Amino acid sequence: MVGIDHAPPPFFKRGPAPLALLTFYIAISLAIFVVDLRFRSLDLLRQSIALVVDPVQRVAQTPGSLVDYSASYLQGMRALQNENNELKHAKLTTAPDLERVAQLEAENERLRKLLAVKEREKAKGQVAQILYTARDPFSRKVIVDKGQQSGIVAGQPAIDEAGVVGQVTRVFPFSAEITLITDKDQAVPIQIVRNGQRSVVFGLGNGQLELRYMPANADVQIGDLLVTSGLDGVYLPGFPVAKVVNIERDSAYSFARIFCVPIAGVENFGEIMVLDARQPLPPAPPEVAGRGGDSSDKGNQRPKKKKAAKAN
Amino acid sequence: MQPTFSSSRILLPVRPWFIFFSLFAATAMNFLPTAHWPGMPDWVALVLCFWSVREFRRVGMGWAFILGLLMDVADGSVLGQHCFAYVLLAYVSASLSRRLLWFPLAQQALQIMPLLVATQVIQALMRLAVGADIPGWGYYLIGPFIASLLWIPATFILLLPQYRPVDQDPNRPI
Repeated sequence: MVGIDHAPPPFFKRGPAPLALLTFYIAISLAIFVVDLRFRSLDLLRQSIALVVDPVQRVAQTPGSLVDYSASYLQGMRALQNENNELKHAKLTTAPDLERVAQLEAENERLRKLLAVKEREKAKGQVAQILYTARDPFSRKVIVDKGQQSGIVAGQPAIDEAGVVGQVTRVFPFSAEITLITDKDQAVPIQIVRNGQRSVVFGLGNGQLELRYMPANADVQIGDLLVTSGLDGVYLPGFPVAKVVNIERDSAYSFARIFCVPIAGVENFGEIMVLDARQPLPPAPPEVAGRGGDSSDKGNQRPKKKKAAKAN
Repeated sequence: MQPTFSSSRILLPVRPWFIFFSLFAATAMNFLPTAHWPGMPDWVALVLCFWSVREFRRVGMGWAFILGLLMDVADGSVLGQHCFAYVLLAYVSASLSRRLLWFPLAQQALQIMPLLVATQVIQALMRLAVGADIPGWGYYLIGPFIASLLWIPATFILLLPQYRPVDQDPNRPI
């Protein structure tokens, strides 16, 4: 115990009144809530806090990953051998296609040059490991182990071996946050493979996706494969996104409700590939004035390009 | 230091490093992969509430705000969401502290429960107001209930460094 102190006892020094402090802190909390949500201008603050939090978070994840590791270590020779055989078999079955891909791509390029069509962009990227799922229950995001240090920028798409997983929405010094395509209102411009129809698929937040604003009599069938259309300048065209599983056509509504499930293992852990950002699209052609006769006709304007680089 | 009203035991003064350590441990426990299990309590809210009740001059709204910021960044949620809820929690538990400690532990837990539920509900309301969906009731209701049950073991564990040995020297009673 401390002896008799000459300083006044600490309970006389109360500081500001609790209610004043409460008002102060709540005002700050609400202010940063609004600023972060609406203007997204607090990323520097977030990055600097993440620099402190990130190491602790990684350490906290180690028990789980150790369990995973030891489970896979103890899995046994037989299981591994089976898996190895299956992979060899799968490799052999895809070999005829894969071996000719290089030749086909070269041929495609030559033909495109002959036709004076712009060359296809090649998909390049870097493999990243999913560290953990963000704990926020309102959104579907994962954190990967590559960040600013590896040159990741916000907006890059991420894929796995089956299809599109999501899009980088925030970048921290040593990690990056990927918003999954199943996150609520996360939009991916797609194309139906069967008939080439273009649309945009939105995440529902419950693990499914929805094809919105399709007329009730739209030519969509259960089982249709949706691939990226590439019109947004973010996703390269041709990556599988989702498969239609359920269609509700109700003539009371003007739009059909079309539900899809993602093709990629969106909710799984593992490795993903973060693709490099695409080359910028050519500028949009200027608005043609008076195409329909009246240039001030607002209903005649072309709809704005849909943005997929939208988070939350 | 506050005495425990329900017992005649006199506690040692709290050590600031232990408060810091317990809050850090709670944060780390929130970062564990188990945080995704349904009904997992928010450890930071529980420990913060405990110290705000016990030592409201040391752990107050400033700590709540900083811990809230850390949790916001770690969760990937909107900045300010946890801050708001934790600051309110710290304020209300500090104002309750004079009364709360007169009750036996089980009744303390009962009075803590609405605070912990409110911490979750406030966050949900903030996110619902800006257009999110309810992610499921398990997260909101089961977690705080379990957390308030854990108030009883948490009291024993967090007060452990402050207990004095039972067999005391009769020549030096304090």
